[in-house]
Amino acid sequence: MLEKRSLWPYLWLGIGVLIFAFPIYITVIGSTHDISTIGRGDVPLLPGGHGVENYSAAWAGGAGRFTTTPAAVMLVNSLLMAVLIAAGKIAISLTSAYAVVFFRFPFRMLAFWLIFITLMLPVEVRIIPTFQVMVNLDMTNSMAGLVVPLIASATATLLFRQFFLTIPPEYVEAAKIDGAGPMRFFKDVVLPLSVTNIAALFVILFIYGWNQYLWPLLIVNDRSLETIVVGLTKMIGTGDAQNEWNVIMATAVMALLPPVAVVVLMQRWFIKGLVETEK
Amino acid sequence: MAAPASFLFKGKFLPLVLLLPQLIITGVFFFWPAFQAVYQSFLREDAFGLSSQFVGFENFTDVLSDPTWLQSFGRTIFFSTAVAGLALSVALFLAVQADKQIRASTTFKTMLIWPYAVAPAVAAVLWLFMFHPNIGLFGRMLNAAGIPWDYKLNGDQAMLLVIIASAWKQVSYNFIFFLAGLQAIPRSVLEAAAIDGAKPMRRFWTVVFPLLSPTAFFLLVVNLTYAFFDTFGVIHSITQGGPGKATETLIYRVYTDGVMNLNLGTSAAQSVILMIMVIALTMVQFRFIERKVHY
Repeated sequence: MLEKRSLWPYLWLGIGVLIFAFPIYITVIGSTHDISTIGRGDVPLLPGGHGVENYSAAWAGGAGRFTTTPAAVMLVNSLLMAVLIAAGKIAISLTSAYAVVFFRFPFRMLAFWLIFITLMLPVEVRIIPTFQVMVNLDMTNSMAGLVVPLIASATATLLFRQFFLTIPPEYVEAAKIDGAGPMRFFKDVVLPLSVTNIAALFVILFIYGWNQYLWPLLIVNDRSLETIVVGLTKMIGTGDAQNEWNVIMATAVMALLPPVAVVVLMQRWFIKGLVETEK
Repeated sequence: MAAPASFLFKGKFLPLVLLLPQLIITGVFFFWPAFQAVYQSFLREDAFGLSSQFVGFENFTDVLSDPTWLQSFGRTIFFSTAVAGLALSVALFLAVQADKQIRASTTFKTMLIWPYAVAPAVAAVLWLFMFHPNIGLFGRMLNAAGIPWDYKLNGDQAMLLVIIASAWKQVSYNFIFFLAGLQAIPRSVLEAAAIDGAKPMRRFWTVVFPLLSPTAFFLLVVNLTYAFFDTFGVIHSITQGGPGKATETLIYRVYTDGVMNLNLGTSAAQSVILMIMVIALTMVQFRFIERKVHY
């Protein structure tokens, strides 16, 4: 009764989808042509026959005049960084939320606030001093340096705290009567109940980790630790027309495929994770 | 929160052990550098970096009276407003369309949310491929049509490109939240308005939009924060702040002053100013969320 079915929404959404898909389409097409086609500026709209050679050049670290870090290495670095950041954030947030909700101890609220306040200190605003701390600790140019400083998480702790507060307190009492200690309760009751939240959060945090930019740019100058997002923009440099654009486009496709695949394949977890962490 | 003791576990040592990893990381990588930034913002190093002396608020007054910093500030406000405005309005429009009773809405949704996963720097690269003056489809079209397009030479065009690339990536995030907000509006309210004779446009502005305003406000804060900080990757990969300083935002400037020019004192002062801005934004957001909870 509210609205007549009309074709307008389809048209508008179609245009929206097009605006989102077109940049990717152009990039994928570009990655299948040879360097001179792209360099001349004859931007093709249909796939060419050089896909295999471009992707293998990117995979192995450039062809001809240009050598770059092999995409294979950068993909492994990005994957490792993203998984470690996501797993690390989830692990330390689970234990700290558990401590705050199921125990009473001195300075409990102080500890909670100390974690909470980090929401207000994004890495971008304290770049230089954080970098100096990394130098003092001799953690630059290492995977630990890429990961550890990013795994403190106020949002994940808040999310788990909210969730733990909904676990009926009677469960604790029952567990105690059955003689289960706090660690047993954590492992056998709290963790299984949290699986959905953990999965949802993992999707969000994986994307967060994969897409890190400023931090890896600062911490790593050793090519063997380059992540693909940073490595991609280093290949572009100042955007010189003589760049090996076909290989760069192949690298761009490889840089965006893993996180996009995660969002599309785990859409349900993704939306849950997104909406819940922001509550 | 005042649960009786039988619903809690005893022990003072175990909870501290459980909290320790988080507290150590927070202390070492958040509080130490934050205090360091505040401390350094009151010091000035000599030209060789050998000694430093306390200079009070001089770094701050230097930054705040530097006309190029003030220009960066104004530019950041313009940039952030444009990114947030564009990303929010396009997302709201698409969400309203997707909320109508249409077929294949799940497919449309999937096709609209995936750009969330694209890193800001990679989004920038995709737009660069299209608008590069020599190799980009649209860049060449514009030039062929007699419009001189080169974002590497023209500051306004550079600004336009970073705004579009930044907003493009953020639309899907806003779309998800707007759609969730729209779907939470009870149909009965809309039907009542329809029975009273309100036309769709009027229904939208007098019923739907006010009910959506909490979501819109929350998204506004998130989008401004995104435009302030997360767009570093966009700017760094397309324009490096140039041409000239045409796309140098505050965060980009902290980076150039601190990392490129190694000007620690003023860089620290800028960091502190940015921290104050983030704290203000976060407080606005939490005050607002608290109000929402008390409804």
